[in-house]
Amino acid sequence: MNFAAILAGGQGTRMGATDKPKQFQMLAEKPVLIHTLEKFTIMSEFERVLLLCPAEWVEAAKDLVASHLGAAEKVVVISGGATRSGTVQNAIAWIEENYETDENTVLLTHDSVRPFVTYRIIQDNLAALEEYEACDTVMPASDTIVVSEDAQLISSIPLRSHMYQGQTPQSFKLHALKDVYAQLSAEEEDQLTDACKAFVLRGKPVTLVEGEAFNIKITYPVDLRIAHALLGQFE
Amino acid sequence: MLNTVYQLVAPRRIDLAIEDLHVAPDALVVRPTHLSICHADQRYYQGMRDPKVLAEKLPMAMIHEAHGTVVFDGSGTFKAGQRVVLVPNLPVEEDPIIAENYLRSSKFRSSTADGFMQELVVTTASRALALPEGINLDVSAFTELVTVVMHALNRFDATAHAGRASFGVWGDGNVGFITTLLLRTRFPEAAVYVFGKSEEKLADFTFATATHLITEIPADLEVDHAFECAGGAGSIDAIEQVIDHIRPEGTIALMGVSENPVPINTRMVLEKGLRLLGSSRSGVTDFQTTLDLFNAHPEVVAHLSRIIGGVFDIRSTADIATALADDRARRFGKTILHWMV
Repeated sequence: MNFAAILAGGQGTRMGATDKPKQFQMLAEKPVLIHTLEKFTIMSEFERVLLLCPAEWVEAAKDLVASHLGAAEKVVVISGGATRSGTVQNAIAWIEENYETDENTVLLTHDSVRPFVTYRIIQDNLAALEEYEACDTVMPASDTIVVSEDAQLISSIPLRSHMYQGQTPQSFKLHALKDVYAQLSAEEEDQLTDACKAFVLRGKPVTLVEGEAFNIKITYPVDLRIAHALLGQFE
Repeated sequence: MLNTVYQLVAPRRIDLAIEDLHVAPDALVVRPTHLSICHADQRYYQGMRDPKVLAEKLPMAMIHEAHGTVVFDGSGTFKAGQRVVLVPNLPVEEDPIIAENYLRSSKFRSSTADGFMQELVVTTASRALALPEGINLDVSAFTELVTVVMHALNRFDATAHAGRASFGVWGDGNVGFITTLLLRTRFPEAAVYVFGKSEEKLADFTFATATHLITEIPADLEVDHAFECAGGAGSIDAIEQVIDHIRPEGTIALMGVSENPVPINTRMVLEKGLRLLGSSRSGVTDFQTTLDLFNAHPEVVAHLSRIIGGVFDIRSTADIATALADDRARRFGKTILHWMV
């Protein structure tokens, strides 16, 4: 059984002067997160699609889902956690409360602000989990990556051919993900920006799935302009 | 739903576009998996169409021969994961006389609507048919081309006089091959002669009664009816030979597409009392008849597999360009695309 968790916990603090989180802002005729949800809700591979929002946005998100999505009953809107890993753990908790899970249960996590995710990427994530317990969607780095540990001087310049930029989805066998979270120290959990890292910290393999250059994350105001341009809507 | 579409924006240039498609509650959403290139696609891609026509039609996703797997069907006709062949003709009205593929209001994928080079195709259950279990998936990628021949044969059958002892097929390309094969299957007792330019290609028509180079047709050879499958500039000579070798009151089914007007010896058409029968594209009923044929005659599918000239895995626009270049360089055969973008 597969579940998708659409992570919409961000507060939009990087988005500029607006108070509205970026996932709730309009892209063409719909909020960004509705575009993202649409691709998952039509796929029979997913038993339920969880949408994890800031607590104060849960009711608004329910209204948006009901008014925009035909398969609204497939979507469950719940509150996210204070951190990304807290949000993912809320998703795990909801699934375990409502379904019998086993070692084959899959949890695919995806940023609500990556609406251009493709069917192929999602299918490749699910296919990767037939062999591995975790996978990460990435693109080969096109820019040289420079490491600086003090924000002043370069510490190192890794070989670019070894560098990838992480996108989402990231997908996991749910039980394996729960296990690695349970093994994290408080310090490790504090530093965790990404669920795949929990596997890497425990020395467990995470396989790569090829993303797309246009599977962009809408983070800054300019990203929303780029997203409109991708849709052929030049303002 | 945001959908990635690979559109031809100018000759030999395919760009990615993202469209926000409305998915109605009863919509059918299909993931295309197997596509096949048609000469019509090449005419767009190579810029061989009139620049005014290109300016009107582009940008546009190419390919109108495809099948795929069902992602979502709000109508409940198909199950998720089921394989369906996609119908490119998109009628917006019904007419008691005029078939769906001749209605001027109908849209057609890769001509007046986006073709199947898309991440997902949003259509309706009425524009898809379940593929038989276990069928050769590369052959079924060009089911649509077979339906076009099936459609022409059905029209011929309903129009031509009852004498069906011999047929002539002019053209040794893909359409000539499929026409000969379907004639042989439908009229097993009849003689089917094929006339072409290439001995090598004609040698593949193993099910024909006899094949002849167009420069070496016996003067006394006559046929009851003829199928012109040459197309292009070759149509002129082909139709001239047909008129010479067809018996009076025969029917000439015209199937070859030409960009330019084709002169026809109307004096002899009148003297022999010939019927010229045009046909183009196909409709849902032709798809059903073709799938029934595939089920009943596995040898037809086996013969069709022999005209697959190239199979390409497509993961990028560069892969599309490679496949189109290979298809263009080959003189005969269908090019199949395994759609993985």
